[in-house]
Amino acid sequence: MHVVVCVKQIPDPAEPGKLEGDLTLDRSGKLILDESDSYGVEMALQLVDKAGGGEVTLVSMAPNNENSGLRTALAMGAAKAILISDPLLSGAGALDTAKVLAAAIKSAEPDLVLTATESSDGYTGTVPEQIAALLGLPSITFAKEVHIDGQSVNVRRQTEDGYDEVTCSLPAVVSVTAGVVEPRYPSFKGIMAAKSKPVEEQTVVGLGLDPARVGVAGAGQEIVAVEDAPVREAGEIIVDDGEAFTNIVSFLDGLKLI
Amino acid sequence: MHVEFTETQEALRHLVRDFAEGEIAPHAAAWDRDHHFPTEVVRAMGDLGLFGIPFPEQYGGGGGDLTTLCIAIEELARVDHSMAITLEAGVGLGANPIYRFGSEAQKQQWLPDLCAGATLGGFGLTEPEAGSDAGGTRTTAALDGERAEWVLNGEKAFITNSGTDLTAFVTVTARTGPGEISSIIVPSGTPGFEVQPAYRKMGWHASDTHGLSFVDARVPEGNLLGVRGRGFAQFLQILDEGRIAIAALAVGCIQACLDHCLQYAQDRHAFGQPIGANQGVAFPVADLAVMAETARLVTYQAAWLHDTGRPVKQAAAIAKLHTTESAVTATRIATQIFGGSGFIDETPVARFYRDAKILEIGEGTSEIQRLVISRELGLPVR
Repeated sequence: MHVVVCVKQIPDPAEPGKLEGDLTLDRSGKLILDESDSYGVEMALQLVDKAGGGEVTLVSMAPNNENSGLRTALAMGAAKAILISDPLLSGAGALDTAKVLAAAIKSAEPDLVLTATESSDGYTGTVPEQIAALLGLPSITFAKEVHIDGQSVNVRRQTEDGYDEVTCSLPAVVSVTAGVVEPRYPSFKGIMAAKSKPVEEQTVVGLGLDPARVGVAGAGQEIVAVEDAPVREAGEIIVDDGEAFTNIVSFLDGLKLI
Repeated sequence: MHVEFTETQEALRHLVRDFAEGEIAPHAAAWDRDHHFPTEVVRAMGDLGLFGIPFPEQYGGGGGDLTTLCIAIEELARVDHSMAITLEAGVGLGANPIYRFGSEAQKQQWLPDLCAGATLGGFGLTEPEAGSDAGGTRTTAALDGERAEWVLNGEKAFITNSGTDLTAFVTVTARTGPGEISSIIVPSGTPGFEVQPAYRKMGWHASDTHGLSFVDARVPEGNLLGVRGRGFAQFLQILDEGRIAIAALAVGCIQACLDHCLQYAQDRHAFGQPIGANQGVAFPVADLAVMAETARLVTYQAAWLHDTGRPVKQAAAIAKLHTTESAVTATRIATQIFGGSGFIDETPVARFYRDAKILEIGEGTSEIQRLVISRELGLPVR
């Protein structure tokens, strides 16, 4: 069983974030493993354990050959990593990222691809489905539980009012929600072992992609402005004088909710 | 000169900080209140590999060094002194004597479980009448040649990790002849070896500390650790490492005082402004930052000297003396900044205040450190 997990290395959320001149996030400092990806790593390790063999490969895209977040996931037990680091990718949007990750995943030939539902810095939440589309693989989102059954994967996926059970053939791309498993702490031995685990460094050209179609050059989007989120406005307080329900009904009606 | 930790050391710091904040911090106050030694959490620290950090992989260790161990101790101490000292004593007093002086068979027998944190060992040196004055040791071990056994009689005092569910043995210093002190491994459960009820301590409530008594306790002759008659000399050899590790614990304590006070000085308002706007609060917080920085520098300088095989006796004594006296001062400052809340046991600083004092006493008092330093300076002090 060979599982690829897409992991993102992000600026430490505990530190105040900064924007570059082009309004993208400043990623020049030390990056850490996005916590939301630690669930995918844990689930992959558990699936490989249950399968009785195989390995977990990480795929990540980051500037400056940054790999300290990858080392964390390698210390947890992943076997190896593919890191795509290329100045051409500065300013890459979600679709560019998906193209790059998809090319790297293809080269790894996995049985299953796990991702988080979204990253904790960009929050576009679109990359997993884009990867699946680019690779022509089935995609299951918001997985709470993942079971492998021979050549298919069975998933309980979170919905607003419960869960769906979905089965599809392998290979497939499955995005897992945070909190589905308890990510293990790495051990000191794991940290020491991670130092010598292979991290294959790749470039846009090395993956056979056209530099004109990824990164700023190929971006189909541009960040034109960044503003603070609006302060939440005070709600309307309805005092019940015996007829409050009519106010509530008309309020909900105004929102076209009823 | 440039002080920089390796990527591995930074990764370990990150790991231990996550673990301490996730698994220890939420419970530290309750363990303190209930004098509870959290066996499962100590086992989890073992699973992280913390007890094996400085030992070779062939014995189940992590192949790290003293600097790396100090980082783990510092990060635990930021949250809870009791778990930090449990690690420090487990490695420095439990496993290290076996590693440094044990026969190959003894290492194979004890180290893998010690490194895994599956078992703990204690070191019984101090007695009711003898601490730094080892010449006052009264515990005896007589060799019964016929049965090839040591027969131990006597008492030990203040022995860390000696009575936990994980404790596998205590290494005991005892008189084995006139003017002769030797170290002998006494397994837990040996008939005649009694662990006394836990002390009622001022601090370190979740750490396990007992008096021990030996009445005709018999162990195999092969349980002699190292060379007969070298028991105290062996102990002196591992003291420097222990002192640096205690300094790391003090660094964590000072850092915790700084972190808590910096937050509180901004959150707590009085007279219409954060109390940190007053120099009377801001300057002591600045002093805490100075203490944290200087304590960290002397500690990791000493650890580096040790790890690179350089003489470390004086640096270890200086680090231990400076950091532990700073830690006691830092907890006093922190308690004062917290005011009435600092006197309430539920705030961490009240616990740190009680916990810090022993740092100036254990593994050689401040006075002993000054004695070591003055002798290293060449003074003929007795």
